[in-house]
Amino acid sequence: MEVAQDLHFDADEVTAAVAEGIEKIGQASTMEELKAIKTQYAGAQSAMTLASKAIGGLDKDQKKEAGKLMGKLRADFGRAYGARETEVKAAEEAAALAAETVDMTLPVKRKPLGARHPLPKLMEDVEDFFVGMGWQISDGPEVETEWFDFDALNFGPDHPARQMQDTFYVKGNQARDAAGFVGSNMVMRTQTSSDQVRALIGRGVPLYIACPGRVFRTDELDATHTPVFHQVEALAVDRNLTMADLKGVLDKLAVAMFGPEAKTRLRPSYFPFTEPSAELDLWFPDKKGGAGWLEWGGCGMVNPNVLKSAGLDPEVYTGFAFGVGVERTLLLRHDINDMHDLVEGDVRFSEQFVMGE
Amino acid sequence: MPMVDIDWLKEHVTVPEGLTYEQLAADLVRVGLEEEEIHESQVTGPIVVGYVVEATPEPQKNGKTINWCKVDVGDEYNDVDENGNKVPRGIVCGAPNMAAGEKVVVTLPGAVLPGDFRIEPRKTYGHISEGMCASERELGLGDSHDGIILLRDYGFTEEEYENLKPGDDLMHLLHLDQPILEINVTPDRGYAFSYRGVGREYHNSTGAEFRDPAIELDARAPHVESSDGSDIEIVIDDDNPIHGVVGCDRYYARAVRGYQPGSPTPNWMRRRLTRAGMRSLSLPVDVTNYVMLDLGQPMHAYDLDKVAGPIVVRRARPGEKLQTLDGKDHDLDSEDLLITDSPNGERGSRILGIAGVMGGMYGEVTAETTNILLEAAHFDPITIARSARRHKIPSEASRRFERGVDDRLQPAAAQLACDLLEKYGEATPSDTPRDLDNTVLRRPINFRSSEVERLTALKLDINQVSDILTDIGCEVAGGGNGELSVTPPTWRPDLDEPCDLVEEIARIVGYDEIPVTVPAVPVEGHVGLTADQLHQRQVADELAEYGMVESLSYPFVGKEDYRNFLEDEETIEKVSVEIVNPLAGDRPFLRRDLMPTLAQTVQRNIHRGLDDIKLYEIGHVYLWDPDAPAIPALPGGKRPTNDQLRALDAGLPKQPLRVAGILTGHAIDDGWLGDKRAVDWTDAVEAVHRIADRLGADIELVQPRNADGAIDGDEIPASWHPGRAAKVMANGVFVGWVGEFHPTVNEKLGFPKHSAAFELDLDTLFGTLDNKPVQARPISTFPPVKQDLAFTVKDTVTAGQLRDAIERGAGDDLESIDLFDVYHGDQVGEGEKSLAYAVTFRSPDKTLDSSDSEALRKRIVEEAAKLGAQLRA
Repeated sequence: MEVAQDLHFDADEVTAAVAEGIEKIGQASTMEELKAIKTQYAGAQSAMTLASKAIGGLDKDQKKEAGKLMGKLRADFGRAYGARETEVKAAEEAAALAAETVDMTLPVKRKPLGARHPLPKLMEDVEDFFVGMGWQISDGPEVETEWFDFDALNFGPDHPARQMQDTFYVKGNQARDAAGFVGSNMVMRTQTSSDQVRALIGRGVPLYIACPGRVFRTDELDATHTPVFHQVEALAVDRNLTMADLKGVLDKLAVAMFGPEAKTRLRPSYFPFTEPSAELDLWFPDKKGGAGWLEWGGCGMVNPNVLKSAGLDPEVYTGFAFGVGVERTLLLRHDINDMHDLVEGDVRFSEQFVMGE
Repeated sequence: MPMVDIDWLKEHVTVPEGLTYEQLAADLVRVGLEEEEIHESQVTGPIVVGYVVEATPEPQKNGKTINWCKVDVGDEYNDVDENGNKVPRGIVCGAPNMAAGEKVVVTLPGAVLPGDFRIEPRKTYGHISEGMCASERELGLGDSHDGIILLRDYGFTEEEYENLKPGDDLMHLLHLDQPILEINVTPDRGYAFSYRGVGREYHNSTGAEFRDPAIELDARAPHVESSDGSDIEIVIDDDNPIHGVVGCDRYYARAVRGYQPGSPTPNWMRRRLTRAGMRSLSLPVDVTNYVMLDLGQPMHAYDLDKVAGPIVVRRARPGEKLQTLDGKDHDLDSEDLLITDSPNGERGSRILGIAGVMGGMYGEVTAETTNILLEAAHFDPITIARSARRHKIPSEASRRFERGVDDRLQPAAAQLACDLLEKYGEATPSDTPRDLDNTVLRRPINFRSSEVERLTALKLDINQVSDILTDIGCEVAGGGNGELSVTPPTWRPDLDEPCDLVEEIARIVGYDEIPVTVPAVPVEGHVGLTADQLHQRQVADELAEYGMVESLSYPFVGKEDYRNFLEDEETIEKVSVEIVNPLAGDRPFLRRDLMPTLAQTVQRNIHRGLDDIKLYEIGHVYLWDPDAPAIPALPGGKRPTNDQLRALDAGLPKQPLRVAGILTGHAIDDGWLGDKRAVDWTDAVEAVHRIADRLGADIELVQPRNADGAIDGDEIPASWHPGRAAKVMANGVFVGWVGEFHPTVNEKLGFPKHSAAFELDLDTLFGTLDNKPVQARPISTFPPVKQDLAFTVKDTVTAGQLRDAIERGAGDDLESIDLFDVYHGDQVGEGEKSLAYAVTFRSPDKTLDSSDSEALRKRIVEEAAKLGAQLRA
């Protein structure tokens, strides 16, 4: 757009105009005002711009002086503007941040936190302990034949211990059991030891396995009993294994589960599937009322008849086995006083454990 | 389990002065006799000797006569009269045997008797009675309540009685302050069901001197070789031995004549029986029980005059019945071993009892019996165990016989019984017992002493091994080449194999002496968890990360559970595993699905006032096959053949591993942030997809549909919402269901509407995985081309089908495809919907230009058109 302009150069006038502009810059408090001032005093129609344009029409000697003046005025204005712009921007940012300030203690929970149940999680820890030693993890059926749960483990059909197991018997297609009583020869397994001969036959020797799993006894649920519970069975069969090896593995497991001060002790006992047999006591450093011994499980050297059930020669192979209750371990470790909490599935119980420990 | 009374134990083994029950328990547990409980005394004092100064009978209106007594209870407890003098206490006593001049048991105010019976001064029959003269029953010392205890005949010697002074503490003198130790005896240690056995074990633990009472008794017992002129003829006639073992291999019968009926059992014996938990009945019965507790030999006492010889030990015949002493009737089995006699010369025609288990009603000792026949026999443990199990009568006798009784003990046991009946019942034992002894000598065990080290790492020399075995009662011979010939003692039928002897040696030496080593495991083949074990953990972790909570439930289900899930009981029970002896009669079956028991857990949480419950469970289900073959019974100790192993497993139900989840309440609830959404099918579907993605499984959801595309409700189980349930297919294999519960199910379970769930068979799902390392695709750095495509399509066409069509059309350059809008409404026709996708293409080797992208778009539209889908303008 062509605008007729009266180009003349007046040094005092332009100096005064720029001085006025610089003064207004000093008063501007927003970027908006600042930009308007810039347009007014340094824009295309400003006295400063017009004065610069007018220089072209001056005499040669005047030109030099006017150019010098205009350079100074431009620099003064630019400096003043730049300084003020920084101030105003900072102030505006500060105001904006103040305006966006929130209460960070407001609860934020868009995604609910799930949780593992501590019992399977503990079984995984135990599995990892054995895997770390190079052992394998094995599993067998929960509805099991009496042969694997009893006969193969040297609980003969008339063995008094067989009657002491509080067994859940399973109806089935009628057969006669080995003592001539009518039955299905099927039970809910009473112990994870039922995996022993399965593993020996299925995997062969040398064998180092742990069998974590669910077992069943006809105990009513109360603070310390549950009819459905979990055991971890460990079985090692090889040449040259002794009770010393059993003690070594037990001590390591105790430390893994209960800390560096934990240890184990064996007491003579009886199980049909081990000979010698022992009750397993745990030295529990965090026991309520002071460190002390607690019953933890049973163990022993694999009975030759069990090895024979798997077709192994007891003169060549020896082995050890032990079983510990997972619930018992969990109750001790986490100071759980009532079995109900463990079996009822109340989310408040599991949520305490989140993903583990 | 047996009680151990230190006072009684002392008869067989020397115990240190002041041995406490705690110490005794600690000593016994070291050798394997575990403490069950130390039963503390239920009595607190003061209970003292009282001398009855006066006893004034006072007849009462109710016809009773009470005695108003003045009883001297010593200076400490006597009354003080107005002059400050000590005077006897006034006590009211209703017992008929109360008399002046007697020394009696006075329970004083402050004493507490069994049953939390507190003694206080009380007003009765017009007097203040300041204490009570106690009977045996009131003190828990026995059953007698006919009168109060007169210390004169309570087991003190004359001299001891004279020395009893008023005020003497009776708590200790009568053992009232004594606790008693109950021990657990493992099934191999039958002999520890006796003081003889416990005494020996105490010796084994502590080295204390043990005196086997059987040795002296046996030496005095008459041994008669021939049946001529013996007390009674005995016949063992076993026509049905179990495993070829004759049911009775020794029967020792000895007559005791001239017994004075009604002879009282001495107080010390009554006290001991009572403390052992047995009732005192009559002297002959008490004596047989006492001998059993003391020596471990169960005995039976018959009325000799009622028994007609010969006594025949035989198996029951079909149809025979017996009423046992406890009044119960039993149908006898041809395996039951019977004690019979022979009235009218008919051999074995009358049943006296089930051998070793319980006597019958005939032939027992009664209040009139004067001539007694004592039976001390040795029966086959299996025969006894089966009869006790069959007739559900686990008696004190059967408990010992089934664990094995010493087969040399019978004459000694009878001798002890004779001694006691002679001393306390004025009876005369015969010198002509009948000892029918078919027992065979035990075979010695060939024992390499190196076995100890091979099994336990204990380094013992052969002499130490031999000494220990000898000390526990074995006869040890040989020793050359490190081999011993070891004959275990007759009371240890459990010692049968070398490993049994190793345990004996290890427990006597002490398990603590065994060194500690850690076995080096030979590493071969796969190490670590198997793929499926890892997959199981991945599923569990994924669902927890998705926000669900893991739980475990019992697998027991019943009719109510089936009804809640709209399942037909009859159909489902036929294919369910059933428990013979369930804990809860209404839940006798094992679950076929995780859902019913998981739903119970959800309900429990909701009932506890908890909201937004999202639970999952990983566990087994049990699928019964009604046509499964019966499982054979096989002997242990022998590897079954492969065919036999297959037969064992063939009869077992399938027990696949499953995962199930139930989601209720809010899927999203931001709280103050304001975003809220209730759970519906999408949350369950997402869970299933997350599981699949985590595992790398290729799954597809399929809603059963008819040929015309409508939902086929018949194929969907009744528990699911028919329009909101889909089969989960992995590599084309069915693995489970996902969706919303049927509204009726949600209502029955008390769940919020639209509660959703899934259940997948993990064994099957894991089986579809190739478990190979992921093969990575190259990452293209060429720019993407993005297009939005919206199609109008009939409702019967699924999003899955349309997506497949788009994928087919797009070919290899398709990078991603995201459905961003689903629309029903005015802008599409009736029965139609609009699906809008954001599709991204990217080529691995060039920049796609507009003509490429136009060609892709055209191919996609063509493929979609095959489903009747129209691209919307």
